[in-house]
Amino acid sequence: MNLNSIDTLLAEVLAGNKIAVANALNLLENIRPAKTSRIRQLIEQLSRNARPGRHLIGITGPPGVGKSTLISRLANFYRKQGRTVGIISVDPSSCRSGGALLGDRARIIHDPGDSGLFIRSMAAGKHLGGLAWRTRHCLTVFEAAYDIIIIETVGVGQSETEIAQVVDSVVFVVQPGSGDALQFMKAGIMEIPDILVINKADQKKLAAKTKIDLETVAVYSGFDESGWQSEIVMASALEGWGHDQLAQALSDHFSFLENTCLKKKRHLNRVQWILMMFKERFGMFGLETLGGESSVLKQIAGFDLTNPFYCFEKLTHEMWTLAKNV
Amino acid sequence: MNSKVNHPKDRPWLMRTYSGYASAKESNLLYRSNLAKGQTGLSIAFDLPTQTGYDSDHILAKGEVGKLGVPMRTIEDMDTLFNQIPIDKMNTSMTINAPTAWLLSLYLTTAEKQGANIADLRGTTQNDILKEYLSRGTYIFPPRPSMQLTAEIIGFTVNHIPKWNPINICSYHLQESGATPVQELAFTMANAITILDIVKERGEVKKEDFPKVVGRISFFLNAGIRFVEEMCKIRAFTSMWDKICTERYGVKDPKLRRFRYGVQVNSLGLTDCQPENNIARIIYEFLAVVLGKDSRSRSVQLPAWNEALGLPRKWDQQWSLRLQQIMALETDLLEYEDIFEGSHIIEQKEKELAGAAEVELNKIMEMGGVIPALETGYMKRCLVESNAKRLREIESGDKVVVGLNKFTEAEPSLLTQGMEESFLTVDDSIADQQIELLHSFKKKRDQDKVARALEKLHTSVSNSKNIMQASRECALAGVTTGEWSDTLRKIFGEYRAPTGISGISNDRISTEEARKVNEKIRRLNTKLGRNLKILIGKPGLDGHSNGAEQIAVKAKDVGMEVVYEGIRLTPEQIAESALQEGVHVVGLSILSGSHLKLIPEVIHCMQKRGLNNIPLVLGGIIPKSDIAKMNNKIICKVYAPRDYNLNTIMDEIVDMVDKAN
Ligand code: B12
Ligand SMILES: Nc1nc2c(ncn2[C@@H]2O[C@H](COP(=O)(O)OP(=O)(O)OP(=O)(O)O)[C@@H](O)[C@H]2O)c(=O)[nH]1
Ligand SMILES: [Mg+2]
Repeated sequence: MNLNSIDTLLAEVLAGNKIAVANALNLLENIRPAKTSRIRQLIEQLSRNARPGRHLIGITGPPGVGKSTLISRLANFYRKQGRTVGIISVDPSSCRSGGALLGDRARIIHDPGDSGLFIRSMAAGKHLGGLAWRTRHCLTVFEAAYDIIIIETVGVGQSETEIAQVVDSVVFVVQPGSGDALQFMKAGIMEIPDILVINKADQKKLAAKTKIDLETVAVYSGFDESGWQSEIVMASALEGWGHDQLAQALSDHFSFLENTCLKKKRHLNRVQWILMMFKERFGMFGLETLGGESSVLKQIAGFDLTNPFYCFEKLTHEMWTLAKNV
Repeated sequence: MNSKVNHPKDRPWLMRTYSGYASAKESNLLYRSNLAKGQTGLSIAFDLPTQTGYDSDHILAKGEVGKLGVPMRTIEDMDTLFNQIPIDKMNTSMTINAPTAWLLSLYLTTAEKQGANIADLRGTTQNDILKEYLSRGTYIFPPRPSMQLTAEIIGFTVNHIPKWNPINICSYHLQESGATPVQELAFTMANAITILDIVKERGEVKKEDFPKVVGRISFFLNAGIRFVEEMCKIRAFTSMWDKICTERYGVKDPKLRRFRYGVQVNSLGLTDCQPENNIARIIYEFLAVVLGKDSRSRSVQLPAWNEALGLPRKWDQQWSLRLQQIMALETDLLEYEDIFEGSHIIEQKEKELAGAAEVELNKIMEMGGVIPALETGYMKRCLVESNAKRLREIESGDKVVVGLNKFTEAEPSLLTQGMEESFLTVDDSIADQQIELLHSFKKKRDQDKVARALEKLHTSVSNSKNIMQASRECALAGVTTGEWSDTLRKIFGEYRAPTGISGISNDRISTEEARKVNEKIRRLNTKLGRNLKILIGKPGLDGHSNGAEQIAVKAKDVGMEVVYEGIRLTPEQIAESALQEGVHVVGLSILSGSHLKLIPEVIHCMQKRGLNNIPLVLGGIIPKSDIAKMNNKIICKVYAPRDYNLNTIMDEIVDMVDKAN
């Protein structure tokens, strides 16, 4: 099997061959200019072949609340239903050395013989916003290879909202007694997630109290602009309960999106991706030349988004033309 | 004043040797020969599969059956182990933790078959789970149910085997994982409090019997090379324990408040280069626990001079035993009352340590005791940090280790010269025999009886009944260690302890050398197109995690992306992680002696996944003579304890990756 051929690589990724998935990810993470053209080809092909029923789930929350343990339970639950699962977990990098400890994997139980579960850890690097710079690139592989895609990021408060622009459903995990998250939500600093999980609810009393506190926030906020009423789920990832309710809530949210705005949401997410690529490359100069962020967003929205690089190039071309004319 | 008047000479401490290997039959012969020579107590080592609740035919048992202790699966094995050894005359110490209830059940069943009355039995089960999560690695279930089991066993023995020591709370292992004296004191006391509180809360014993429970608690300590401080630490243990017993548990009888402890002295500081120097270290460490009468240990085990080379042979153990006998019988030590009584300096140091430990203890109690402090990773992180500091000091030379980082020019050691191996090796073929023995036992037992016993165990544990009754019925019925443990795994689930490496606070490139490696990595990253990513793996049941943890922390410090999943992985899992994570290099750490079985398997599993060009590095206790046997070109380098300069290791790994790409 020659995985150097993009066609073979694609076919194998679609078939869920883990060696191919790993190779595709290695390629998409590669920043050498020599790889650019292959990366473009692959992403375009992958985008055309994304699984129709895929569900992208973002799981975020403060350090140590049990996100990875919960993901392990969820993954097991989906695997039992026969659905395949791809997991990306993002950890922060040290700003001095650039090194990172990718520790989530240790908490996610994986059977090496299971061809329907794939876990990849990524270091955030210098990228702000809770994801890694190449997370969106890599997602295209997962969207083509797996039914359920879960992204874990560390996040509290406003700095990590990027996840909402990448996935279909955002799950925010807290533990009993987490005052911070509550304060952030009350103050409107943090967006209300689609689903809230109080994990470690094996600490029963404190968990019940936290639930009441959170309900006041959720009630106060009411429905979000799309009409979805945020749900609160109690779970203990350690003892192994509550993740099935979480899966149910996720499935409810997904049906809700399918009946309302899934297409639009994914379109917007892709627009954001292209905007981000453009911003990372040309910064304020690029944005201003094209008349500011909202004008750029409008332009992107008008493109055919299947090939994000094509859009990126169109923007770049436009920018240089305008820049020359100034 | 005559310093010796009117005082009878103190009795020597108990001198133990910890042993067990290959099979119940072999170990039985060994014990009988030791007993014939006048040894009075037995100290049983079980192999790692037994300690982690697996039968000898489980995949994780590969390379470990009978290696570091005796395999103990069934009542037949226990009967064999004590063949012609009268259990009612023995004082038996068993190093067993997660499956304590099971091994104790087997022991009691054999005893009763011999006609003993279990109420008369004497002995100790280690039964201390906290240090398994933090250091020793042979845990099975999550902390809460495990601590419940501990409490149930304590309740059972206090009610039925009054002379049994149901638990030996260990700070020994914490020091071997890098703990400072203050951490040892605080963590150990917090552990004791948590356990006693659970026993009390569960009402395992009658209220008026609770002081008896306190009186049955014993400890297992360590003593390092800074022997003055170590002696003060032991005095601090004594005073802190007395205070806790009095104030927290209201124990009036001073006899029940006595701090009873045994010791094995420090091994972490013993070296593989100039190994003869270790004898000096062992003796100085030994001083701390015998010099002062008031803080003298009740039993002592000393490691051997070849500790960092491999398992000790009989002669090596004999040499260590002689060190003790000379101290006890030739010197005048035992003729005196406490020779430090009235020393202000000792007293002050003791207070200092106890004071600092109390602050740390309160911090842990405020977190809700050791269970939350463990689960959040707090305690493990503290240990990894202390160990990192220790290694940094050795690297910089601030901490002198003679023969390792100073006075390294030396005559060749006559103790190892000309010998291929100066330590014990265990034949790998015993595994097959042991598996066969297990299978033939399983064939001849009454399967229905086994099924019923396991069913009962399941119901009784699910309903939080004391574990012992149903476990004893399992022992009689012919249940195996793996079956007993699996039944509990189904109820409690399994646990993976925190690795302690994330969130380490000293996030900085510590030295000039580290900065140089960092620059080199940045250059390499440009060539690779991705950041240098390393997987550090621990295959098999080996719980020695210190090396892997320190390499992981260092690798991050110099700028690598590090995947480390903790201990107890199969070769398939490691290879699979290497694939899924797209790493550039794989490092394996093995100290338990199972490398010849496991490393070729990891390589095979990697090749199956097309990972042929990923360099592999090894570290741990891997004898030179074995490196040739593993002969494989993807193994780039094998590191040993003497390679203390972590920056050099990192630098070499960067070069390997550079070359491979
Ligand atoms: C500390 C220690 C323990 C601690 C472990 C704590 C922990 N969490 O790590 C405790 C007390 C728990 C322990 C328990 C046991 N131990 Co022990 N232990 C040791 C000891 C004294 C030191 C090991 C150590 O941590 N060194 C410090 C670290 C930093 O060094 P290192 O691991 O060698 O790593 C260096 C290099 O090797 C290299 N390296 C290591 N790994 C890697 C990985 C990579 C990728 C790279 C690049 C480099 C690298 O870099 C490091 C830097 O210098 C050794 C003897 C010795 N002095 O070496 C015995 C030793 C390893 N233990 C031994 C035994 C038998 C046991 C027990 C089975 C005893 C028992 N019957 O209960 C138990 C088993 C526990 C288990 N579950 O496996 C034997 C193993 C015998 C064998 N191989 O045949 C030894 C050799 C002692 C002996 N001579 O008998 N032990
Ligand atoms: N008591 C209890 N502990 C839990 C539960 N879920 C996870 N934990 C423990 O909490 C600790 C952290 O769990 P993780 O799953 O690593 O948490 P995380 O949010 O992914 O952590 P980071 O990725 O480091 O931010 C571990 O020790 C888990 O065993 C739970 O439901 N109850
Ligand atoms: Mg996590």
